[in-house]
Amino acid sequence: MKKVMQKFRRYAASKPGRDTLISFGIVIVAFIVMQVLLSLGMVSSLLESLLVPICAYIVMAVSLNLTVGILGELSLGHAGFMSVGAFAGVVASTYLADTVAFEPLRLAIAIVVGGICAAIAGVIVGVPVLRLKGDYLAIVTLAFGEIIKNIVNVLYIGMDSNGLHFSLLQQSFELAEGGEMIINGPMGVSGVSRLASFTSGFVLVLITLFLILNLINSRAGRAIMSVRDNKIAADSIGISTTRYKLMAFVISAAFAGMAGTLYGLNYTTITATKFDFNTSILILVFVVLGGLGNIWGSIIAAALLTVLPEMLREVGDYRMLIYAILLIVMMLFNNSSLKQRILEKRGMKQMEKLEKAEQSGKEGA
Amino acid sequence: MSFLNHLINGVSLGSIYAIIALGYTMVYGIAKMLNFAHGDVIMVGAYMCFCATVYLGWPPLAGVALAVVVCTTLGVVIERLAYKPLRMAPSLAVLITAIGVSYFLQNMALLIWGSSQKSFTSVVGGSPIQLFGGQLTIAPVTIVTIVTCVVIMVVLTLFTNRSKAGTAMRAVSEDKGAAQLMGINVNTTISLTFAIGSGLAAIAGVLLCSAYPTLMPTTGSMPGIKAFTAAVFGGIGSIPGAFIGGILLGVIEIFAGAYISTQLSNAIVFAVLIIVLLVKPDGLLGKHISEKV
Repeated sequence: MKKVMQKFRRYAASKPGRDTLISFGIVIVAFIVMQVLLSLGMVSSLLESLLVPICAYIVMAVSLNLTVGILGELSLGHAGFMSVGAFAGVVASTYLADTVAFEPLRLAIAIVVGGICAAIAGVIVGVPVLRLKGDYLAIVTLAFGEIIKNIVNVLYIGMDSNGLHFSLLQQSFELAEGGEMIINGPMGVSGVSRLASFTSGFVLVLITLFLILNLINSRAGRAIMSVRDNKIAADSIGISTTRYKLMAFVISAAFAGMAGTLYGLNYTTITATKFDFNTSILILVFVVLGGLGNIWGSIIAAALLTVLPEMLREVGDYRMLIYAILLIVMMLFNNSSLKQRILEKRGMKQMEKLEKAEQSGKEGA
Repeated sequence: MSFLNHLINGVSLGSIYAIIALGYTMVYGIAKMLNFAHGDVIMVGAYMCFCATVYLGWPPLAGVALAVVVCTTLGVVIERLAYKPLRMAPSLAVLITAIGVSYFLQNMALLIWGSSQKSFTSVVGGSPIQLFGGQLTIAPVTIVTIVTCVVIMVVLTLFTNRSKAGTAMRAVSEDKGAAQLMGINVNTTISLTFAIGSGLAAIAGVLLCSAYPTLMPTTGSMPGIKAFTAAVFGGIGSIPGAFIGGILLGVIEIFAGAYISTQLSNAIVFAVLIIVLLVKPDGLLGKHISEKV
């Protein structure tokens, strides 16, 4: 027992261990608190309706952090993968509505399908994109995000007794008796059964955290970070930079797809325009404000910044204005000399404490 | 004949993109930042002109002048308040700040003018010109747009290559430290760049809304993104590149909409961009900087 405790302590003292524990701690505590509040009926219906989107945004932010924070490449089209996942997941869940009656299982299958489709999209986008660098890479991810949005916007998928039917631009197929349209071009999806719940969102967040944190702290994760820190050095010690870049990008896309499925199955109607450039930017803001490469920072930022505009609802029309000002002020503060000074002061105090502890230790000896 | 019509429309739309892209590319060249708020400066310019001509009853040219003055000031103020403190910060921090400024401008416009569409009256009057027995009609605003773009392009090229301030600008974009040692005031030069870029954005806004007369707080965002694409297309940081990129983008967009599909025209524009960047990773006229170990 003592040995286990010791091991745990050593794990908690290491940086990866601490990050992992904090991340899981935040999520689990938040989930329990929300469940208690929900059972007491102390949660406003507005906040309740935000719970699943918050889970989806947390997964989005954590997965984007893998690309931007860990791999070090700016992506401005993350919502595109979310869109692929959302629509693929909705098609899967509608298709399986009769065969798989158990809803959580159907949701799980839909999420996996959404993840796989987004991963495929990730490969298609990643292979050309990752050849570029810096701002050029960013603009191409933006371009792919817009292309995905436009294509989904003209996609028609229907289902009848003969199976699924696809067409682009216009509906060029006839559905047999009793068939239904799943994706109806610019009108998107309507009449979906809402499978997603707060608990399923929570489980998805836990799985995402487990897999991504393990990846970051593994051999592959360190290889990815070496590509970020110095590509040439990584190349020279035999790390296949292209492979690891693509790996990080595709995994990030896959999780975005899963988040998209969760998000899509939380509403009865969704359209392709929901997943536009602004959504990509929103997720990027979560990642940057949470801290690049800091997973639990992304979690907190995603949750807080999703709730914040709703909390500001009391100030009515001014809420988005305040949000914008807060965003600017936070970025300015983060890079100001004021913060530098505060950090220095804290560092000095810690130094003093250490010195005192050292002295008292010597005296004791 | 419809081919010629589409071509003229494309060049006209492309001219607007080119004017916006010039602002993007100059700011990028000198401050190495993606100014995402640029698209919203366009919107502010259009609203200014709208207010001056509709509410105050000013003549169109006075409206344009007001828009240019307001946007130029706005650009300088934004640079001083939001971007200058971040000059040493990582580029992502600056990018997020620019996005914050963009949200700020959009929501400010939403508060002042409301979310409803305003129908913009074209600043260029006159009836369309008929050629070839009515087979080809050209709106006067189309001609004005193209001419304005060419004039701006020529003046800007002369300015950056011949004038003292333009030389300073090129020096700062090449090497800030060295420029400072040569006695160039880097802060003033950067402010000047923002002033010129924002002034051009105001003109672009007025022309854009004259050609497509709906005005909303989000009017500027999509043209902003497209112009940014155009700037990258031509090689970001290069003035002739922005011009060529803008025109090409406009022509591709109109042709894709006319001959392939209107719904997919944006997707085609972006697909062409991706292909160009894969073949020429620094854009059409961009300078290739080789990596040193």
